[in-house]
Amino acid sequence: MAALEEEFTLSSVVLGAGPDGLLGVEHSDKTDQFLVTDSGRTVILYKLSDQKTLGSWSVKQGQIITCPAVCNFQTGEYIVVHDNKVLRIWNSEDVNLDKVFKATLSAEVYRIHSIQGTEPLVLFKEGAVRGLEALLAEPQQKIETVISNEEVIKMYCMFLIIFFHGNYFAYVQTFHSRVLSKYTLLLGQEEKVVIQSFTASVDRKFISLMSLSSDGCIHETLIPIRPTDPEKNQRVVRSLLLKAVVSGNARNGVALTVLDQDHVAVLGSPLPASKECISIWNIKFQTLQISKELPQGTSGQLWYYGENLFMLHGKFLTVIPYKCEVSSLAGALGKLKHSQDPGTHVTPHFVNWETSQGCGLGCQNSEQSRRILRRRKVEVNLQPEVPPSKQLLLTIKKDSEKHIEVELRKFLAMKQTPDFHAIIGDIVTGLLERCKAEPSFCPRNCLIQLIQTHVLSYSLCPGLMEVALQKTDVQLLQLCLQQFPDIPESVTCACLKLFLSIGDDCLQETDVNMESVSDYSGTAQDEKMEEQTKILQNGFNPKEDNCSNCDQELNEKPQDTTKETISCPVIPKRAALLNAILHSAYSETFLLPHLKDIPAQHITLFLQYLYFLYLKCSENATMTLPGIHPPTLNQIMDWICLLLDANFTVVVMIPEAKRLLINLYKFVKSQISVYSELNKIEVSFRELQKLNQEKNNRGLYSIEVLELF
Amino acid sequence: RSTSGAEHESARARVAGAERGWRRGGKCGAAGIRCVAYNNQSNRLAVSRTDGTVEIYNLSANYFQEKFFPGHESRATEALCWAAGQRLFSAGLNGEIIEYDLQALNVKYAMDAFGGPIWSMTASPSGSQLLVGCEDGSVKLFQITPDKIQFERNFDRQKSRILSLSWHPSGTHIAAGSIDYISVFDVKSGSTIHKMIVDRQYMGVSKRKCIVWGVAFLSDGTVISVDSAGKVQFWDSATGTLVKSHLIANADVQSIAVADQEDSFVVGTAEGTIFHFQLLPVTSNSNEKQWVRTKPFQHHTHDVRTVAHSPTALISGGTDTHLVIRPLMEKVEVKNYDAALRKITFPHRRLISCSKKRQLLLFQFTHHLELWRLGSTVATGKNGDTLPLSKNADHLLHLKTKGPENIICSSISPCGNWIAYSTASRFFLCRLNYEHDNISLKRVSKMPAFLRSALQILFSEDSTKLFVASNQGSLHIVQLLEGSFKHLHAFQPLSGTVEAMCLLAVSPDGSWLAASGTSAGVRVYNVKQLKLHCTVPAYNFPVTALAIAPDTNNLVIAHSDQQVFEYSIPDKQYTEWSRTVQKQGFHHLWLQRDTPITHISFHPKRPMHILLHDAYMFCIIDKSLPLPSDKTLLYNPLPPMNESDVVRRRTAHAFKISKIYKPLLFLDLLDERTLVAVERPLDDIIAQLPPPIKKKKFGT
Repeated sequence: MAALEEEFTLSSVVLGAGPDGLLGVEHSDKTDQFLVTDSGRTVILYKLSDQKTLGSWSVKQGQIITCPAVCNFQTGEYIVVHDNKVLRIWNSEDVNLDKVFKATLSAEVYRIHSIQGTEPLVLFKEGAVRGLEALLAEPQQKIETVISNEEVIKMYCMFLIIFFHGNYFAYVQTFHSRVLSKYTLLLGQEEKVVIQSFTASVDRKFISLMSLSSDGCIHETLIPIRPTDPEKNQRVVRSLLLKAVVSGNARNGVALTVLDQDHVAVLGSPLPASKECISIWNIKFQTLQISKELPQGTSGQLWYYGENLFMLHGKFLTVIPYKCEVSSLAGALGKLKHSQDPGTHVTPHFVNWETSQGCGLGCQNSEQSRRILRRRKVEVNLQPEVPPSKQLLLTIKKDSEKHIEVELRKFLAMKQTPDFHAIIGDIVTGLLERCKAEPSFCPRNCLIQLIQTHVLSYSLCPGLMEVALQKTDVQLLQLCLQQFPDIPESVTCACLKLFLSIGDDCLQETDVNMESVSDYSGTAQDEKMEEQTKILQNGFNPKEDNCSNCDQELNEKPQDTTKETISCPVIPKRAALLNAILHSAYSETFLLPHLKDIPAQHITLFLQYLYFLYLKCSENATMTLPGIHPPTLNQIMDWICLLLDANFTVVVMIPEAKRLLINLYKFVKSQISVYSELNKIEVSFRELQKLNQEKNNRGLYSIEVLELF
Repeated sequence: RSTSGAEHESARARVAGAERGWRRGGKCGAAGIRCVAYNNQSNRLAVSRTDGTVEIYNLSANYFQEKFFPGHESRATEALCWAAGQRLFSAGLNGEIIEYDLQALNVKYAMDAFGGPIWSMTASPSGSQLLVGCEDGSVKLFQITPDKIQFERNFDRQKSRILSLSWHPSGTHIAAGSIDYISVFDVKSGSTIHKMIVDRQYMGVSKRKCIVWGVAFLSDGTVISVDSAGKVQFWDSATGTLVKSHLIANADVQSIAVADQEDSFVVGTAEGTIFHFQLLPVTSNSNEKQWVRTKPFQHHTHDVRTVAHSPTALISGGTDTHLVIRPLMEKVEVKNYDAALRKITFPHRRLISCSKKRQLLLFQFTHHLELWRLGSTVATGKNGDTLPLSKNADHLLHLKTKGPENIICSSISPCGNWIAYSTASRFFLCRLNYEHDNISLKRVSKMPAFLRSALQILFSEDSTKLFVASNQGSLHIVQLLEGSFKHLHAFQPLSGTVEAMCLLAVSPDGSWLAASGTSAGVRVYNVKQLKLHCTVPAYNFPVTALAIAPDTNNLVIAHSDQQVFEYSIPDKQYTEWSRTVQKQGFHHLWLQRDTPITHISFHPKRPMHILLHDAYMFCIIDKSLPLPSDKTLLYNPLPPMNESDVVRRRTAHAFKISKIYKPLLFLDLLDERTLVAVERPLDDIIAQLPPPIKKKKFGT
């Protein structure tokens, strides 16, 4: 997991940063020291660990710094350009910038690029590149024009240079070969989209160019380092990495930086209304790792060196140390965005299992094959279309319930895409959001349809069951219980509480799936609860509460059970709901504490129902209940045990449960005797088997006829 | 009744099958496994059984039991270890340390440690010293000299018996498991550094004693102990504190073995389960590692008395007589047949011989021989029928050996008049006389001095000669006369070798004798001229069975890698058929069988047939038929009768395999129409074992 540590501001100097922000933050030759160039006249050298200024230099009034100061790592000198053409070189002992080395160039400089181990490179606005040494030897040399007039350099990264204009082009010039190749970035059909930020990283074969567009998506473009045909204008296609990282149309700029192979840092506001955030995303798992709000606004600029992120927060240069550990899947899934700020509404970002899996299959464990996969994408011109799911999501936000239903039906009828369930999750979340916003909006039919797609799970739409619980929509809950594989025990328990407490009248109106109960209590459908309890009491002889009479009672049992068979302690609809609970998966440890919260009379009722089911079960030899999908004996037994475990003292105390407890006690007793009988039978059976074997065996000696081939 | 089709003779062989007379019965019971010791250098496994037998398995040669040392009544082995490279030592309750001669296959010497019964023994990491733990609580250090061992000194005496010992890989410290505590010794001073008391409590109940059955000392100073309370515990030997405890069984944990890399170990419990523990990183990419119980295996019904850890497999043995070799799948690189689980139960040698003329079977037990006469019937039937017996099998003789030594080998002559057997120090020859139903036995006394011990005994077909392979490497030919004998000749081993011969075969005409040792090739001697005739080209897998065919004098040799060769003795070369087989190769299923062929015989009237068997099948190889290719079905059941001859002929191949009798200990042709098969049902072995720890199937 990535982590953002406590931020600190380099507040000792108030920067003259205007709305344009800083010109740049650059690494100096000593670790921990950074050159900060503001957009006015000043260059400041900071020592990060001490959070203090080591030096500060300004150009004369009237002059203006046009290119951030960099450090020449070979000599330890600093270089800055002011007034586009004037180059200044100095070192940390110098005090006045006016008195240091000066060279006036013949063309306007865009940026000076300096990395460890090589001489600094000067990039001119017309696109030409010169080494610093060569340039200083002859400052007035003619600088050729590389890019056409309409093109403007939007940004550059590392040792490739990128010029953009209208259509985006990438020019790649490798350091050694000096061959310039031009690539056209195909953006697909989204015409209006403007790329807001670029970042690039390099591995051995490819430059991975990541772009953050105005629609908030991060795309990756792979550009080969060694171009196949430098002369030709080549086209490259980008592939989508992350969606909706920041909201589109942010007022302030957004910025993107690759931190390592798997992580990117994004600066920008996640939602149109919200404040700006710095967030770290894992691109491999497409999850948000951590995010931090920057309430005072930023300039939309982001730098990173070592393990520190630099940005302008309010008026101050803020440094946030971060850590990116290699992510495990579990770790990556642990943090979804909404857990960060629960106040704002949720924009879910689901891991797209299908595509990740597809990629996983393709690349297994080597990064390389993934690259191959992407390379293929570079060659084939993809034509992404506006996905219908997006349209549907828009519809959900605005349109009427009816319209949504129609649209949804249309959408579901379409061919399922690989990320179908993620889309379904988005849709459900969209619906629920609107539900929360507008209390009158209740898209029940849509939700039922969506649940019945069988692709939803609790974790895909955690709000769904909560809403259903609030609205006491038992039908929806039953569906969820039947369909979702991963309902938390607390929610299961909340459902159980609701199912036990909801009035019979309410239940009669609902349309509950009666599959699991239809057979055995079909006739008793209209019976009233009171009658049943009466029958129940008749069924058990109330006089006998002494266990010494158990045997006697056992003898009487045949009559009793015949009576009991008719009487289900709950109405069939409730039984169907309870059966859904019985079928759901749970872990004992997590369920037990929640079961304790159920009121005593409900516990008794449920126990009575379970006991009734048990009696039903034991009626036939296979120990199963009739019906299409009935609860199994094991489920019934487990739930009886769980309920008793959780509420033992309560059940012992209340008088209504006494009868039931005696029955259960008798039942356990008989079960124990059955098991001891089974153990006995096992022994005798083994003896029988032995006898049988001996019979089958040819004995100690036999003569047989054998035909050989 | 042999009639019809040319190749598919539907001859009906009367099978006197399922003679279940052979029992490892008596008070010895079935011999459970007591110790196993794995030797990494030679990839061999030494196994000692409760009857004192020590067997050596060659794991490289398809797990073949290539050597064995007969047991001794008083010599209950409690510990077994390899030291000084390839030397094998054992120690037992008679208080003796024994070294075995792996060449001559006898006991090199036995030395009393003078500490009462020995419970544990371990060799130092360098292999130059031997440490034994005794009943009286003493730990004794022995120096291994090139030809013997020499007592060096005692360590601090403990108050009760030392049941387990383990040496720190650097050789500086020793952990010793006793009753209720573990001691850590300093080797240099011989004094106790720490005493780590083991908790007696077992699930809240205080047991009388907690026996530390096994300890293992790791190079980081951790001591792992297993005890009778079902715990596996990790101790820090530097501080003498308990670090971690795993409760893994409701019964004793009896054995532990650690891999050389110290990244995994295995423990065996009295419930028949073995558990694999591995040293795994706590989280991925983290350097912090901890021991995790990873895999349980249940291959035994009874106590797992001993375990070993080879680089690629977990080896376990116990009271239920099975030796189980369970490969670790993550260590297996190629998924071939070596990756399969091996369960070795039956000895890889022949323990039964038969007299064809008199229809007698001689069964060899650890301490006695049984002679049975086969029954007969007058009825006939069709395939699969069991015929009513007109005369049941008779137990004619029960011959008990004198002395405590186990029988090594035995044989009955084809005429049924002679029985010969041998123990480690004595050779016995007896003459049988049959008078109607009475049988009398007369021992031939005064055996010559050179006939003291035999590894293999064989009578010639006409019962006039006796061939004895002695453990000195020589082969003796003895002329048998009525009631006496005459020593004819002794083939001495090639100069410089003392390798014992384990397998013998004589040609039916009595002119050739083939003998094979444990590793060298097969030698063929001319019995008429009393000289070495030739040596079959060496093959790198040990021989498991030998036989010489009548008339052609072709020698058929089966190897432990399941190859079968046919070598023409008169021509001194492999036969054409054998070359064809080698060229085409055996069927892959044939090569994947996991028990060796233990006996080969021939049909007197069908020279093209070779009859051979292993523990789970018998096979008639018909050399006149084409060999099966890998695509054809090897185990072809009888083709349906209604199929046309063409189909039957097309599907027919040389290997006719039947798995009707298993486990099969012995199968031979009595006459042209009768086969005798001896089965040893596993249930009978299990029935003789003490009952396993009972687990209830139902309820509480």
